[in-house]
Amino acid sequence: MKLTVPELSLVVLIGASGSGKSTFARSHFLPTEIISSDTCRGLVSDDETNQDATRDAFDVLHYITAKRLAAGKLTVIDATNTQADDRKTLIKLAREYHCIPVAIVLNLSEKLCHDRNQQRPDRAFGAHVVRRHVQNIQRSLKGLQREGFRHVHILSTLEDIQSARIERQPLWTNRKHEHGPFDIIGDVHGCCDELEALLQTLGYDPIPTAESRQFADFASYRHPQGRKAVFLGDLVDRGTRILDTLKLVANMVATGDALCVPGNHDSKLLRKLKGQNVRVNHGLEQSLAEIEALSEETRSPFVQDLQKFLDSLVSHYVLDEGRLVVAHAGMKQAYQGRGSGQVREFALYGETTGEIDEFGLPVRYNWASEYRGTAMVVYGHTPIPEPVWLNNTLNIDTGCVFGGRLTALRYPEKQLVSVPADRVYCEPIRPLIVPQAAGELTPQQEVDGVLDITDVLGKRIISTRLQRNITIREENAIAALEVISRFAANPKWLIYLPPTMSPVETSTQPEFLEHPAQAFAYYRKQGIAQVVCEEKHMGSRAVTIVCQNIEAASKRFGVTDGSVGICYTRTGRQFFDNSALEAEFLTRVQTALSNSGFWEEFQTDWVCLDCELMPWSAKAQGLLREQYAPVGRAARVALTDAVALLKQAQQRGVEVESHLQHYQQRSHLADRYVAAYRRYCWSVNTIADLKLAPFHILATEGAVHLDKTHLWHLHHIAKIAQADPQLLIATAYQVVDLNDPTSQEAGENWWQTLTQQGGEGMVIKPLDFVVQRDRGLIQPAVKCRGQEYLRIIYGAEYSMPANLERLRQRGLSAKRSLALREFALGVEALERFVAKEPLRRVHECVFGILALESEPVDPRL
Amino acid sequence: MLLTISTTHSPATDLGYLLHKHPDRCQTFDLSFGQAQVFYSEATVDRCTAVLLLEIDPVRLVRGKSGFSLDQYVNDRPYVASSFLSVAIAQIFGSALSGRSHDRPDLVTRAIPLKATLSMVPCRQGQNFLHQLFEPLGYTVKTTQHSLDEQFSEWGESRYFSVELDAKIQLKQLLSHLYVLIPVLDEDKHYWVGEEEIEKLLQHGDGWLATHPEKVQITRQYLKRERTLTQAALAQLIVEETPNLDVAEDTHNQEEADIEKSVSLNQQRLEMVTSTLKQCAVKRVIDLGCGEGNLLRVLAKDNFFEQITGIDVSYRSLETAQKRLDQLLLGSKQRERIQLMQGALTYRDRRWDGYEGATLIEVIEHLDLPRLAALERVVFEFSRPKVAIVTTPNVEYNVKFIALANGTLRHKDHRFEWTRQELQTWANRVGQEFGYTVRFEGIGSNDPIVGSPTQMAVFEQSVL
Repeated sequence: MKLTVPELSLVVLIGASGSGKSTFARSHFLPTEIISSDTCRGLVSDDETNQDATRDAFDVLHYITAKRLAAGKLTVIDATNTQADDRKTLIKLAREYHCIPVAIVLNLSEKLCHDRNQQRPDRAFGAHVVRRHVQNIQRSLKGLQREGFRHVHILSTLEDIQSARIERQPLWTNRKHEHGPFDIIGDVHGCCDELEALLQTLGYDPIPTAESRQFADFASYRHPQGRKAVFLGDLVDRGTRILDTLKLVANMVATGDALCVPGNHDSKLLRKLKGQNVRVNHGLEQSLAEIEALSEETRSPFVQDLQKFLDSLVSHYVLDEGRLVVAHAGMKQAYQGRGSGQVREFALYGETTGEIDEFGLPVRYNWASEYRGTAMVVYGHTPIPEPVWLNNTLNIDTGCVFGGRLTALRYPEKQLVSVPADRVYCEPIRPLIVPQAAGELTPQQEVDGVLDITDVLGKRIISTRLQRNITIREENAIAALEVISRFAANPKWLIYLPPTMSPVETSTQPEFLEHPAQAFAYYRKQGIAQVVCEEKHMGSRAVTIVCQNIEAASKRFGVTDGSVGICYTRTGRQFFDNSALEAEFLTRVQTALSNSGFWEEFQTDWVCLDCELMPWSAKAQGLLREQYAPVGRAARVALTDAVALLKQAQQRGVEVESHLQHYQQRSHLADRYVAAYRRYCWSVNTIADLKLAPFHILATEGAVHLDKTHLWHLHHIAKIAQADPQLLIATAYQVVDLNDPTSQEAGENWWQTLTQQGGEGMVIKPLDFVVQRDRGLIQPAVKCRGQEYLRIIYGAEYSMPANLERLRQRGLSAKRSLALREFALGVEALERFVAKEPLRRVHECVFGILALESEPVDPRL
Repeated sequence: MLLTISTTHSPATDLGYLLHKHPDRCQTFDLSFGQAQVFYSEATVDRCTAVLLLEIDPVRLVRGKSGFSLDQYVNDRPYVASSFLSVAIAQIFGSALSGRSHDRPDLVTRAIPLKATLSMVPCRQGQNFLHQLFEPLGYTVKTTQHSLDEQFSEWGESRYFSVELDAKIQLKQLLSHLYVLIPVLDEDKHYWVGEEEIEKLLQHGDGWLATHPEKVQITRQYLKRERTLTQAALAQLIVEETPNLDVAEDTHNQEEADIEKSVSLNQQRLEMVTSTLKQCAVKRVIDLGCGEGNLLRVLAKDNFFEQITGIDVSYRSLETAQKRLDQLLLGSKQRERIQLMQGALTYRDRRWDGYEGATLIEVIEHLDLPRLAALERVVFEFSRPKVAIVTTPNVEYNVKFIALANGTLRHKDHRFEWTRQELQTWANRVGQEFGYTVRFEGIGSNDPIVGSPTQMAVFEQSVL
């Protein structure tokens, strides 16, 4: 006996104690799909037969059921469910999650059940219990449909039960196995001329008629590459070729060249055809007139076929492994792939706020502005002048029948194709073209203006393309929230934060804490053949975003305060307090980009650069005044005084030679320490005092440039720098062949020269920006700092042998793991921004980097 | 770090007997935190100078501590006079400090001309404080303040002084003064300050601290501003009159002096906000940017308010607010009305929905002006309280604050301060955009020209 069960249903087993429900459930469903009241009794009371625990047990049962249904999982309730009241709760639950309630009744005789119970030691209750169960079931059988079960299967004999076979029926809406590519077409409303033109533009060809078609008297269309058209409904009403449109679409559906979901107009026409009392307005009169105009003998079979076609339309489709959802009026996440009256209602009409606008039309509740689903939703229903993405949803009804255009979205290309309307077929009640002010924000930018706290707070797991699942711990999020909300710039600008960078492994050479040899060894071990060594500029990290003009800043970033870009620190804080200086700075970079032909070459009107901004003292004033300078001053005075006194003592003949030498050396180191920080300090009065060294072209319109080598980056940056050598510095670099000792030596010597001249050191990177190995990402870069520079990190006297020996004990693994996680998040943020994902998706990554930065890692690394 | 003690007492070389250190030898002492040398840079009959040279091991100082901070290796501790020096004095000049001398027992109790030099003394309170500490004890004080870096004069002065102290005094007294006052100046003891510190203070302050005009400040700073310890120490120091610490704090802490005379203004502000909430019949309040719970405490005590929620972005502030609320010893019913949550004013937060009133007390000025747009939408578009109260400084009034330099704002973290016109323009625009009527009031004394120190905007949802 075949029992049909929709794939997303709540299966309620009904049967007396001893009827064999559990055995039945086990033999047809996964153990995890079955929730048994006995198990729940056990969970809450350690005793599966404890009737006193029934109430709590059912609380648990309902709770688990709700979670499963919310997640879209078929669920089987293994309980006696003999009373209508018990079943009512379950049906309500199924409805709440838009799942289909199914009843399977094990309708066995009282005697059989009783005998079975007798054989089980844990069922020592009287015969009256089973009798009552059986009586209740008998009474319920007829009313189960009425109670709300959409499928009712009654198994009244042991043979029935033994021969039962469950057939899981895919939901009508489930077309996940269809991967397209698709051409999704908006509301046609009988504009068949435009539809035919659009189909041809999209590359569809008319194909000869064949018997298989519903309407053999009319053409169908087929794409030579097997693309499929998807119609978003509202085929009928208002236009001039309504029946042609219907025939065309129905034919394409019949031959498998198209899918179609119903619109509210289609649905209303269907109700009219079925003889229901509907008001004939909003263009329905045109549809009816076309039908009326058919000849007597063709009309009736046509209407029958039409009715059949409209009746067959499914509220919405979930396509391409759940990545795409199509529906006439949209589909919120909780309804996707579900089937219920409410879901169908939503698909046809969307949601309204209950208010009426100035044109007397219901105010639509903008479900898309709150949409958080991962599936792209494409819909129509509301005519709009221009399709605009909002939270991964797109309305493509460009009001063809009102004189607009008929628009298609190519999927997965995300490309819009449209043909203009021949004329205005119907005057819209609400004007279609709302004049859009220049610089006005898109709906997405409008929504992005306010981020939601739930997108950042609490423990979070972020999936990135480079590293799966990066966990942000709650306490780190707490710290990051404070930093970001008190100090960070407008989140619309924050599309990236630079990751922390690990130093090389600690050197074992005397006098060195860090040395390039370890960097080379590290990358050689990872199987890298060539690395690039870039001079490390000692300034402050500065992410610089520059747009070609103010319009680009508004269009691409949704920033409308007239700024043309931004320069921010590694914690997302605006670099300049002085907005005039910032504007001047950004204009200079912008001019350099223009003069070097950057915009044309990259086909972009904005760029995000990863840079170092000099001098260090520009941003590190606090640190210098509170820490570096005072320590230098204290050391120099105290040690100079000590040396003077020791010399006096020595002149008196006191034996202090070794102490004198020691203090002279310390005094010398103090001087070197002061010299070390001074190199990176100069006053900034005008822009002429600033130097910017970009080293990564992170992203431009449509592209994250992390697929290019570092040589590519350096090459293009050098070109920009040439356009303004006053402000911009091209980073010096050397390529080192890790299989060639001479090349390595040259690299080491270069580092020596750089650092002896007062340079901070260098950064060593594989030529490729991103390198994956079997065990995951490898460090995208390691830094190797010079001996003198390290004085301002580890203190003036770190280089004394006794100190150095102890400082070699430092662990890098925490830092390296952090560097990789931050790198992966940074890349993810850029990729998401470039893919025009909602800001919250970008912000999540940027926030994550800041949160990770609050992890306790030795800050000297 | 470096301390020298010289005398012109004749014979000056007697200093060697007083310090128990031979003038012609250089002696080395091992200490738990490093090493010290004692030697004499001069030792004639006319003049003798003993040098205590202390070397602190900076690596040992950092290693073994938990937690990180960048300043640990780059640190002034090895170079400046601090509690390490006090410990070294006690260990190396222990006999002299307690006034014992084998060979010159009579000299110990005599005042002789002594000069002490300290090459690097940190003193945040500035030069005057050095004079205030040492002059009452009979010293002639000479100080030289050092610049941060002679190449960057714009960075200004450091907090370090070279100090010379001259007095005719017993060596024991000099050492006691240094023992106590060096950590007072430095304010950064290297060890945990507990009860036993009171003992040490009283022991080494014996005979001079009780009559020192700065005794309160000395006690506070010696005990790292631990209030209960300070109170206990002072009680023992002067049995009859224990000065009120709060008063002392106000008089002495010029740099922390509150420009607004906050007690009264703050009080007025809270009263005004509370009464406004009551007038508007707001029983369920959310205090956005509650800080350490000033307003929450007032609301909590008033049973008119049925639900009180505090939001702040600073977790530490919330913890403090919680502690301060706990101190109110509310009953469990009263407590249930109150909750604290971390949140930020620029993020939409559904937990804020459904309140009758929202308060933003001295909050908006801590937000960068361009970020205010997000706050507006979060509060007025999404949360939509029936009533919202915003208070913020009236910048026009700043001219009335003598302590406030021209053109500076009242708080380091204020991103802006508004004139009355500016607040009104903003608030009226917001009100119009989101459907609120707005009225304005001043809080605090009302000047006919510049208005009140604080200004308040009350937003009430317009009835459709």
